[in-house]
Amino acid sequence: MLLYLIRRLVYTIPIALGVTLVVFSLVHLAPGDPISAIAPADAPPEVVERLKKDYGYDKPLPIQYGIWLGRAIVGDLGASVATGERVAAQVMVAVSNTFMLAVAAALLGFSLGLLLGFIAGYSQGGALDRLATGVAVTGISVPHYWLGMVLVIIFSVELGVLPAMGMGEGSSAEWKWDWLHMRSMVLPVITLSVIPLGIVTRTVRATVADILSQEYVQALRAKGLGDRRVLVHVAKNAAPTVLAVLGLQFGYLLGGSILIETVFSWPGTGFLLNNAIFRRDIPVLQGTILVLALFFVLLNMLVDLMQTAIDPRIKRS
Amino acid sequence: MADAAANFVRIAEPLGPATELSVKSRSYWSSVLGKLRRDPVTLTCAGILVLIFLSAIFAPLIIPADPYKTSMIRRLQAVGSPGNLLGTDELGRDMIARLIYGGRLSLLMGTLPVINALLIGGLLGVTAGFLGGRVNMLIMRTIDVFYAFPSVLLAIAISGALGAGLMNSIVALTIVFIPPVARVSEAVTTSVRGLDFVEAARASGARSWTIIRVHILGNVLGPIFIYATGLISVSIILASGLSFLGLGVKPPEPEWGLMLNTLRQSIWVNPVVAALPGTMIFLTSICFNLMSDGLRSAMDVKL
Repeated sequence: MLLYLIRRLVYTIPIALGVTLVVFSLVHLAPGDPISAIAPADAPPEVVERLKKDYGYDKPLPIQYGIWLGRAIVGDLGASVATGERVAAQVMVAVSNTFMLAVAAALLGFSLGLLLGFIAGYSQGGALDRLATGVAVTGISVPHYWLGMVLVIIFSVELGVLPAMGMGEGSSAEWKWDWLHMRSMVLPVITLSVIPLGIVTRTVRATVADILSQEYVQALRAKGLGDRRVLVHVAKNAAPTVLAVLGLQFGYLLGGSILIETVFSWPGTGFLLNNAIFRRDIPVLQGTILVLALFFVLLNMLVDLMQTAIDPRIKRS
Repeated sequence: MADAAANFVRIAEPLGPATELSVKSRSYWSSVLGKLRRDPVTLTCAGILVLIFLSAIFAPLIIPADPYKTSMIRRLQAVGSPGNLLGTDELGRDMIARLIYGGRLSLLMGTLPVINALLIGGLLGVTAGFLGGRVNMLIMRTIDVFYAFPSVLLAIAISGALGAGLMNSIVALTIVFIPPVARVSEAVTTSVRGLDFVEAARASGARSWTIIRVHILGNVLGPIFIYATGLISVSIILASGLSFLGLGVKPPEPEWGLMLNTLRQSIWVNPVVAALPGTMIFLTSICFNLMSDGLRSAMDVKL
């Protein structure tokens, strides 16, 4: 197991480095000089040169990458071009806000998805199965930014019971665990939970159905095991696959909430990214994407390790 | 992103019993057609998609109204207004015209990246799977890096860096869809390559190109095609999502995502009209998903 652990860690390092390289290259995808976002169009050449030097853009690309990577490793993501604030601090606040939404949406979507998937897998072809399959295909096909709008229309515009945007009263960034603040989470969380709900339902249904059709399940039944005892076996065998999906989906919730955060003006990573894009604030753009992508890499590794730990069928060599 | 995400898991697992991937006989295809004929859901979805595509292509013949013509006095008319059956948008433009014309850009932005990714990712995957060894390592490890990004994040990062515009969104989405396509085609190719009939073909003197064309592509295209129909559903949502963020096409072009974005300010005035473009995205996406499911079970392909 230890050997496997080390091997998995070693495998993760080149991926993580690749991710940093892709994120770094983003600056150079941008049309024009990265300096053009900061300097006014009519800035004299010597000012532009000085800015280039200040930001390190005068050095060859590999060296720029080295410097950037070295700083990123110690947590220095540079300063925002637009506001001068430290990027790392901004990203931390945004990530914690996104995390709140993602955890709540995961709890909601995963629990419902597991329940529906299990029921559907057990009652294949029945009415419940059709309902669950319908929920699943709707969940993965609905444009969630539109769903968010529809929920706002129903609960904010028509019924007026829930806030349409923001995080708590006004634009205060101070979060408190009271109803006033928590009710602003309701709509974004429901919207976000729809995709994982669909995918988890679908995967669990397929996995459970597959396991139930295996011969060893028939053998268990023939041995005289009751439904409940069989269920334990099914759950044990479904766990690795389901765990992998849950892990990935959690990563997607964190990385994919940009559209939903835009709909609900939620001050998370999506909101930060959106602002960075429209201000052409490259350091903020890079920093946010780097943190989210590295988190996703880490999560994938953890899921892999856990999967190996609970699945006896995977060889640990 | 949803189905791609679902497929992330599916393709991460080894493909079903490799023996299923034998060269298909003619009776196989007739049985597939027979199964499809008895599948009302898939048929209905295919029908709806044909309608949506045809009406987008032949929009000028179907709808006399101009999707760009604004009218200050007829802004945000309700659904059912005389002359504007589905109402008007925030600039008084006819919603039916814009929804039908909107299909042109939305469908283009949704399908073109998947087709591009199919060509590029398919080529990379088949090459990696067929050659194996170091080439496989090089290609697949590079693909892994792009795979390490959540798809929405990667799409937004690339098009955010490139800037708004139709071409940039298509490029960004193509890059997003290459890795999953490459992975599926690599996995299928690798499993086909080791099968007896490929060995037999090689032993009887078939050249590499013939083996790739007849045996590898013959087996890879089916699963890849089904996978791609599912990806289009994701691509449609993502493409309109980019426009929704202001990263896709620019106003005044009619495009479903962009229409949702500009109508968002009007939800307090005319909520029904504001939500209309989303129903088109939803309908197209769900039809592609259901069709992909139907094809998958009719062709008996495990992905």
